[in-house]
Amino acid sequence: MAKLFAHIRLLTGVLALALLLVTVLAGSSTAQQNAPNAATSEQQLLNQFKTIQGLGTIPDKKSYVIEHPAGREWQTFHTATLKWIGGIAIIGVLVVLVLFYLWRGKIPLTKGRSGRTIVRFGAFERFVHWLTASAFVVLAITGLNVTFGRAIFAAGDGSETFSTWSQWAKYAHNFISFAFTLGVVLMFIMWVGRNFPRAVDIEWLKRGGGMFSKKQDAHTHAYKFNAGQKLLFWAVVIAGAAMMISGYLLMFPFYGGMTISNMETAEVFHGIIGVLFIAMILGHIYIGTVGMEGAFEGMYDGAVDANWAKEHHDLWYEQVMSEGTERSTRTAPAE
Amino acid sequence: MARMKFLCDADRCIECNACVTACKNENNVPWGINRRRVVTLNDGKAGERSVSMACMHCTDAPCAAVCPVNCFYTTADAVVLHNKDLCIGCGYCFYACPFGAPQYPKLGNFGSRGKMDKCTFCAGGPEPDGSKAEYEKYGANRLAEGKLPLCAEMCSTKSLLAGDGDVIAQIYKERVAKRGYGSGAWGWKTAYYETIAT
Repeated sequence: MAKLFAHIRLLTGVLALALLLVTVLAGSSTAQQNAPNAATSEQQLLNQFKTIQGLGTIPDKKSYVIEHPAGREWQTFHTATLKWIGGIAIIGVLVVLVLFYLWRGKIPLTKGRSGRTIVRFGAFERFVHWLTASAFVVLAITGLNVTFGRAIFAAGDGSETFSTWSQWAKYAHNFISFAFTLGVVLMFIMWVGRNFPRAVDIEWLKRGGGMFSKKQDAHTHAYKFNAGQKLLFWAVVIAGAAMMISGYLLMFPFYGGMTISNMETAEVFHGIIGVLFIAMILGHIYIGTVGMEGAFEGMYDGAVDANWAKEHHDLWYEQVMSEGTERSTRTAPAE
Repeated sequence: MARMKFLCDADRCIECNACVTACKNENNVPWGINRRRVVTLNDGKAGERSVSMACMHCTDAPCAAVCPVNCFYTTADAVVLHNKDLCIGCGYCFYACPFGAPQYPKLGNFGSRGKMDKCTFCAGGPEPDGSKAEYEKYGANRLAEGKLPLCAEMCSTKSLLAGDGDVIAQIYKERVAKRGYGSGAWGWKTAYYETIAT
């Protein structure tokens, strides 16, 4: 019993001491608030909010932020991180493509050309593709110029020529973005129906579409678009949308209450997705041109060789054939 | 050569905005652009404090680092200046600037920005000192005339100090020692990687 009382006494003592401490600390902190030097401290505000913002007397609301040390972090991103990501992604893909070409060579038509062609892409589809593609090339070059131009063109001391080029590059980037947006939207509407995943895509993905095998029977079944093309489609749609949203936010700076941090975030997204997008499209350009025999003509004059269609898109070939041949096939002109 | 710095003694700023007006007048700053502004923290509440802020002429200036056309340069007095003939108005310096200093006249389509304008520490630009071209693009070059920036020169409470960093730091230290308090040199740690020990 005596032990219990001792415990209670101890507990009461501890509680009383804690109460006293709290009171003293609280008292001292009120005293601090009344001293003029502790009214608003810079470090305290930075720790709390990351930026220091108040009220000003001019209409420009973004001027009310007087200190934003994260600007230096964004600087590091833009001058170092983005350059590394972009450099590794783009040069890395180029290296991989060259090695792949050296190993695999141009993927041939195993049965040669049949001489008969099948319409693969109509005039409108090709128009939309090349609208998007040409806009993309301009956007990619002018975009890379912002991040890499200064280093590549050694404009170390600020050159007039480089500045003039960059000025036009900026205008081109801003205006041609609209053509790109239109292209991606039209592509989405045109091709979304054929790009939903289907059972055959699983097998295609498992075997990498037969791309990594030199065996003749390595091809897997595919409709008009194989699983790789479907992935590319969705990547273009999603990355395109991300580029558009972040890009238009950058083009209309600080609209709709955007803060400095929001603008920086938009640039980070635009930069990272942009360089990855470019790296991906390099792969697309490769397989559509030097990487595969008979592929480019589908998007160039719209028709592919029947044997190409049978090899690469057998299920689509069957569909086209069963739909009636009058409209969709044409004979190659005699030479 | 001196290392030029600004120091706003926030305990003395009375938010009179004379520095803002003086800057606009001396440098003929276009409508809609403010090279310097006064911002009040905790306005109307306990602990209210006003700070006058402009370009701090940073050490390792972030604006200069991110500029895609490399239009910035640092003078022998460590003043960060830029060449408007090279500027393409991309807006990146504003994103990198910890002090919101770069300003852009709204020109052309969308949010398209014109040539960037910012505080020059009243030191003009790359054109010959005191030339008409320099004045039209950048405003006054008081430094070339042996004078300091007008905002600080005419500050009514001498809250805003401009000049050799060591000299103004010494003045501030003495003030703090005498009056017994000081909220520190606002922005110095971010701009110059150092604070004034008081």
